[in-house]
Amino acid sequence: MKNYQIKTICLIALASFMIGTGICGAGYDYIDITHPFLRKIPIAIPVFKKVYPGDATERLSGTASDLLAETLDFTGYFKILDRDAFLVDMQTVTSLANVNFHNWTSIGSELLVTGGVLLQGDQVEMELRLYDTFKEKLLVGKRYKGLIKDQRKIVRRFCSEIIFFLTGNKGIFNSEIAFVSNSSGNKEIYICEFDGYNPRQVTHLKSITLSPAWSSEGKWLAYTSFAKGKPDLYIKHLRQKRGAVISKKGTNITPAWVPNKFALAASLSFSGDPEIYLLTGTGKIINRLTKKRGIDLSPTWSPDGKQMAFVSKRSGTPQIYIKNIASGVVRRLTFQGRYNTQPSWSPKGDKVAYAGMSGRNNIFVIGIDGQGPIQLTHDHGDNEAPSWSPDGSLIVFSSTREGPSRIYVMTAYGTDQRRLLALQGEQTQPDWSPGMGNR
Amino acid sequence: MRKKLLITLAMVLIIPGLLFAVSCAKKTIRSETSLTQQAEDEAAAEKAELARQQAIEEQRLQEEAELMAAARNMFLNEDIFFEFDSAVLLAEAQTILRKKAEWLINNTEAAATIEGHCDERGTNEYNLALGDRRAESAKTFLMDLGVKGSQLSCISYGEEHPVDPGHNEEAWAKNRRGHFTIN
Repeated sequence: MKNYQIKTICLIALASFMIGTGICGAGYDYIDITHPFLRKIPIAIPVFKKVYPGDATERLSGTASDLLAETLDFTGYFKILDRDAFLVDMQTVTSLANVNFHNWTSIGSELLVTGGVLLQGDQVEMELRLYDTFKEKLLVGKRYKGLIKDQRKIVRRFCSEIIFFLTGNKGIFNSEIAFVSNSSGNKEIYICEFDGYNPRQVTHLKSITLSPAWSSEGKWLAYTSFAKGKPDLYIKHLRQKRGAVISKKGTNITPAWVPNKFALAASLSFSGDPEIYLLTGTGKIINRLTKKRGIDLSPTWSPDGKQMAFVSKRSGTPQIYIKNIASGVVRRLTFQGRYNTQPSWSPKGDKVAYAGMSGRNNIFVIGIDGQGPIQLTHDHGDNEAPSWSPDGSLIVFSSTREGPSRIYVMTAYGTDQRRLLALQGEQTQPDWSPGMGNR
Repeated sequence: MRKKLLITLAMVLIIPGLLFAVSCAKKTIRSETSLTQQAEDEAAAEKAELARQQAIEEQRLQEEAELMAAARNMFLNEDIFFEFDSAVLLAEAQTILRKKAEWLINNTEAAATIEGHCDERGTNEYNLALGDRRAESAKTFLMDLGVKGSQLSCISYGEEHPVDPGHNEEAWAKNRRGHFTIN
């Protein structure tokens, strides 16, 4: 089924009708995601033009253009302009290829997305274009053909093209978020799409299941579960019935996959003390990575896999440390506060996000050189378990700001904080998947 | 003179004889009744004594069982408490653990599980490790008091099983605990 869908979506990328030369990959100056004070780019996304009128086309052009606006809005890069302010009705335009840019620059729009929708039976054809209205230039143009139910994929595919053109990064639109929810009465692992769409339960262990961790290619999930009565480590393939369980004496917790390897680090306490070990994907111990008395747990890897940040109580309070794997040298990263846990290494490799306690738990970001830390959440309940989006532009976390714990998203600079989804019960411990290509 | 002698002789012989006969008859009758009576009495007394003994024994057993049950209940119900982010055994916790050690040493056939729990304030993963430390420090203390390691196992529930769902210091204090179960 999945393969079939992948084939369909491969087939539908019919044509890329770039006009002009030297457009491709030249747009990095539009959005500099390393700049800490982002200016949101005003963008106009009028309702897509219906090539042939009809009720079904009407609905589809409305939902597809709204979805495209929401998807772009999710990134935090754009200011989506109010359609009531638009000077032209795209439905009355004779040709989508001819744009009167003045109509758009005069309302403050710097970017414009136009779309045309053609519906034939259960097939849909969409023609989507991104323009720079001031330079009066077509930046990206694509035509897609697929089944009506694939419209979400088509819109996301085009959004990925837009973000890639503007930032040079593949973006997040093919990523997913794993998290813990007790909606069923027990804590189980769930997965939803990057924007909270389509949440689904992936474990049915009827126990306490915690700490989901994606492998770096997105095919495996590791987590902790009490399914056999005590905290054991589960390693499961997401599509096939393959996997392993590590149930040594004591706690078997906090898995973190080594980037681009079928190996993971985890905290095991069978020696009488929680220490971090390197394990194969089949659950065999390769070697021990921490050797200090006291709690060691919550490893997180640098993108090159050469360093590991983790939590240790070796100095009396839980703090974040970094170990260089080759040299074995360990240095302390956090010095502010008496309780810093849940480190998450950024995909760019330059920062670590973590939860720090000062009364309540809040999300902080610190440079791996120790610069900062910068506090991103400010005492709206407990804010915990930060995890970076694969492009490093967003951070997902859990918060009790509205009472029960829910999953929230913000930019890497702490702006645009919003709830991702709300299921029955409480949701905690989100983990953002890597970018997973076109699916 | 001869007649007087005869009377005297008769007196001497008969009266004691009579007396003997009387006393003899009387004695026979009395001994028959008293023997059965005595046997009955003795049996009854013995039975009563036995019943009394049994009652005492039963009561003793019951009291013993109650004591044992009380000791067992105390073992099960008396939690030890910890300070925030600490697995250090406080003086009160040590007092409770001494009683638990005594019980375990007196009940070598019993095997116990020590559950380590935390309050909700920390983060989930760290609390799993902290709960593990709490259970382990109780286990070490008990073993130092002579409890066999084979009688003890540890499990951490982190912050997953609070006894008090409240979000205040009172609830947190109750939830930072070591709890004992008998396997």
